[in-house]
Amino acid sequence: MPNDAYGVGASLLRKEDNRHLHGRGQFVADVKLPGTVDVAFVRSPHAHARIRSISVPPEARGHVFTAVDLPRVTPIRVVSHSTGAKSPPWPPLATDKVRYVGEAIAACVAPSRGEAEDLAAAVTVDFEVLEPVIDPVRDMRGSRHPVHEHWGDNLYIEHALQAGDVGAAARAAEVTLTREFRMQRQSGAPLECRGVLAYRDHRLDEVVLYASTQTPHTLRVALGEILGLEERRIRVVAPDVGGGFGPKARLYPEEIILAALALELDRPVRWIEDRGEHLLATAHTRDHHYKATVYADRQGRILGLDAEIVVDAGAYGLWPQGPYHEAGMVARALPGPYMIPNYRARHYTVATNKTPLGPYRGVGRPGACFVVERLVDEIARAVGREPNEVRTLNLVRPEQMPFTTISGMRLDSGDYGASVKLCAELLDLPAIRARQLQGEPDRRLLGIGFAAFAEQTAHGAAEFAARGASIIPGFESCTARVLSDGSVVLMVGIQSHGQGLETVLSQVAAEELGIDPACISVRHGDTESTAFGFGTFASRSMVMSGGAVARASRMLRDKLCRIGAHLLQCEVAQAHCADGMVVGPRGAVPIAEIAKVAHLRMDGLPQGVDPLLDATATYEPAISTGVFSYATHGAVVAVDADTGFIELLDYAVAEDCGTMVNPMLVEGQIRGGVVQGIGTALFEEIPYDEGGQPLAGTLADYLMPGAAEMPAIKIGHLHTPTPHTEYGMKGMGEGGAVAPPAAIANAVRDALFSVGAEVNETPLTPRRIMAAIRKAGEAHVRT
Amino acid sequence: MKAPAVDYVRPGSLAEAIDLLAKSQDEARVIAGGQSLVAMMNLRVAVPRLLIDIARLPELTAVADDTEAVTLGACVTHAAIEDARIADPSRGLMPKVASGLAYRAIRNRGTIGGSLALSDPAAEWPGVLTALDAEAMLCGPTGRRSLKCAEFTTGIFETRLGPDEIVESIRIRKLSPEARWGYVKLCRKSGEFASALAVVVCDRALGYWRVVLGAANGAPLVLESASRVVSEGAMGQLQEAVRDDLDRAADRHFDEFQLNLHTVVAMRAAQQALS
Repeated sequence: MPNDAYGVGASLLRKEDNRHLHGRGQFVADVKLPGTVDVAFVRSPHAHARIRSISVPPEARGHVFTAVDLPRVTPIRVVSHSTGAKSPPWPPLATDKVRYVGEAIAACVAPSRGEAEDLAAAVTVDFEVLEPVIDPVRDMRGSRHPVHEHWGDNLYIEHALQAGDVGAAARAAEVTLTREFRMQRQSGAPLECRGVLAYRDHRLDEVVLYASTQTPHTLRVALGEILGLEERRIRVVAPDVGGGFGPKARLYPEEIILAALALELDRPVRWIEDRGEHLLATAHTRDHHYKATVYADRQGRILGLDAEIVVDAGAYGLWPQGPYHEAGMVARALPGPYMIPNYRARHYTVATNKTPLGPYRGVGRPGACFVVERLVDEIARAVGREPNEVRTLNLVRPEQMPFTTISGMRLDSGDYGASVKLCAELLDLPAIRARQLQGEPDRRLLGIGFAAFAEQTAHGAAEFAARGASIIPGFESCTARVLSDGSVVLMVGIQSHGQGLETVLSQVAAEELGIDPACISVRHGDTESTAFGFGTFASRSMVMSGGAVARASRMLRDKLCRIGAHLLQCEVAQAHCADGMVVGPRGAVPIAEIAKVAHLRMDGLPQGVDPLLDATATYEPAISTGVFSYATHGAVVAVDADTGFIELLDYAVAEDCGTMVNPMLVEGQIRGGVVQGIGTALFEEIPYDEGGQPLAGTLADYLMPGAAEMPAIKIGHLHTPTPHTEYGMKGMGEGGAVAPPAAIANAVRDALFSVGAEVNETPLTPRRIMAAIRKAGEAHVRT
Repeated sequence: MKAPAVDYVRPGSLAEAIDLLAKSQDEARVIAGGQSLVAMMNLRVAVPRLLIDIARLPELTAVADDTEAVTLGACVTHAAIEDARIADPSRGLMPKVASGLAYRAIRNRGTIGGSLALSDPAAEWPGVLTALDAEAMLCGPTGRRSLKCAEFTTGIFETRLGPDEIVESIRIRKLSPEARWGYVKLCRKSGEFASALAVVVCDRALGYWRVVLGAANGAPLVLESASRVVSEGAMGQLQEAVRDDLDRAADRHFDEFQLNLHTVVAMRAAQQALS
């Protein structure tokens, strides 16, 4: 029955490409409804201020809405069950205080966006400016004006994790290295910014919200709570979504306000986020500070790791998970794929007067990987070995699987050392080492670096419950339906925004039903047509939704075979689905024929079989703590030591995500992730000045990687199907973005080894490179 | 963000454009390619009431090629220069500069005159035109005047262009066959504005040598000492000369990183020109 042409394992072209390549996709801004008015927000120009008053000029009254004009709207409240977690209420429109530049204060409604901005410019707000909290390390225990006054300090949560005996490791160590690391604040920066269109449908007595979101179902849950509406009266549609990457998996004030405005005004209202707003008002990401000490013996074997982690989480926690998971993920991911016997981590999630922090491809892991992989390389330098020897020495070995790391991550399967070896082969490490001895004709310094990681994916109920979450994304759902002509519709609770899930989920159903994916439609992103699901994030949709599709398809397959066997006059056990037919020992009947019987000619049904071909299934992997993809990334760089400019010459990924449903799409996901990781490593940064003003307001200031700077990314695969999921697949959506900062920093460090400079802060800007070189020179003079 | 409502007019002649501009009492902006202005309007940094579109005026798109110089209409696009669709007085320097300016979609619309008139400190043309000793022809209600590009730009987005004047053309003296040039632009991504930019032009036949820095926290910076050292071919003294020039430009407030970057690009451009 497995069909090599279109089932699991086939590199099928994407169904989605046809509409997108013809410019016929439908994004929120493409949805046109007569009478639509546009919304622009008045946003705070201050990082921290009390609002004394808001004044609206007479001619703008009735078109400008502040918190008092929308009494139905209640504050966003995140519930966390973690001990000591603080959770500030967040009014969607600021009431008495603003806590970051960009916080929404009023919504202005006009026939066009330009006119709405004219209104916004006419609104004046009288502020009493307060001293902002900008430095999370300095101000976590308190500040003159805490972000949330009644807390006393600025800590959302602090937590310590300890396993083994770090003190003993310190005493036994022959090598002790302490370093500070920094990963700067970033934007998720999808191609399509956010957007919302809301209107009332009186026929169905509901408010309809088109939103550029990764999570339509949970958005409906939130809107119901905050607006005090029954969920049956809310429909959320995520149409085509132009990239999400995590920030669109959270609830935002604008979604609430647009729904409230639609109810209030009873006409379609829309808000299309522009890039400047996106850089202010959509979740920022990363922003980690680290101090880490590693203990090793003289072979480079790691004896212990001791880390302090500070996450600058911004002014509020985003619903549903709040600000708590970033630092927690870092602390648990820091030991990575390594056998580290002793570990201690203290982590602090700090409130500051900056844009709220949210998830972004990799959540915590790019920072954790950066820290541990930089340390592995520094251990290697300290003991005089090739970094990959020390890497391999410490990696969990295949015969140890399943292996629970010192931080409690249960690594399920794989050969981590093999990925290091394969990656080094892809870049031809010996050739690079030889070329380094020759020197470059242009005098630039050549470097090569690697980074390995194991990535928790498709984690379910147990994992999120352990994190203290009140909303636990533990399963996904699918309703599979064969229509009367034999064509198939899959209705799934996830949301596909560039991953190609319409294609791969069809492949799963095709695998089970023997029906060409061209005859299968996938409906997603609409609460009207799909059973509840959590959406697409956390590298979960292929495993979870794919699992649900497999189950629902099998339920249909069984029914098709029962009806088919009846029509073929054979035993059910003798029938199977293939090539669009139910095949028995002496003949076959087209599924279209069976579908006709099930819908239009029920006199042909066997006794005891109900009409309709319609099945709903849910799925959670057999293991709820996640299945672990892993990879080693490698980079070759040329560094101009006179200017600090870096050129990425080569890049390779050797990865294992178990069974690949569509290898071409897997590689596409890897490449996209790597490019974003290169952004973290070399380009992307939102600095804040002392007054709390963000300094990257346009894409001229916020540099993103461009095609011209990208090397061709080489990809090698290893295949270790996990025993815990359908077909043995593992999630892999985020992994590409995890290792590039670490691999590139290790490569740059390798290049700068001769001048003695280390690089421990991303992005690796020319200015930071030159500072590192200068510091190394000064240290050299001193010694 | 979106721009506020704005009126738009496309005059039929340069004289008409000048007339409209003079009557507008500072509320009008001239638009050519619009590649900076429209973005500034959307950000509401520029809020004109009237746009006077000069992009298609025949006087401003003409190119005159005489024995001594080439005169480019202000509305000649970067792409036309890149493609060498027009006469090149610079022996390849200007097409090279144009090819690295922003990206093709911008080059198709953006104009050399617009770039000069705006004088973004990190833009390419002000520095390159200064290095080529070009002259800008300005047209206003009382007539025309010409100004060396080296004097045209006075600071960050600051020029000597009067409120009712329009840059009409740019006259660039032809380099001799034995002339050499060097051009180094450092930017973190292809198409970005420069982090550092140096242009060196050496034309022994004309007795002309000039080293210019762009992206220099102000108007293009002519490095006088370095220019002299280059004219003497005394490369051994170049670094010191560049440093001297930069020291004299204390009003630019270069930090150590910028000083180093400017020095490096000036040296590299000079090496390119003299190699």
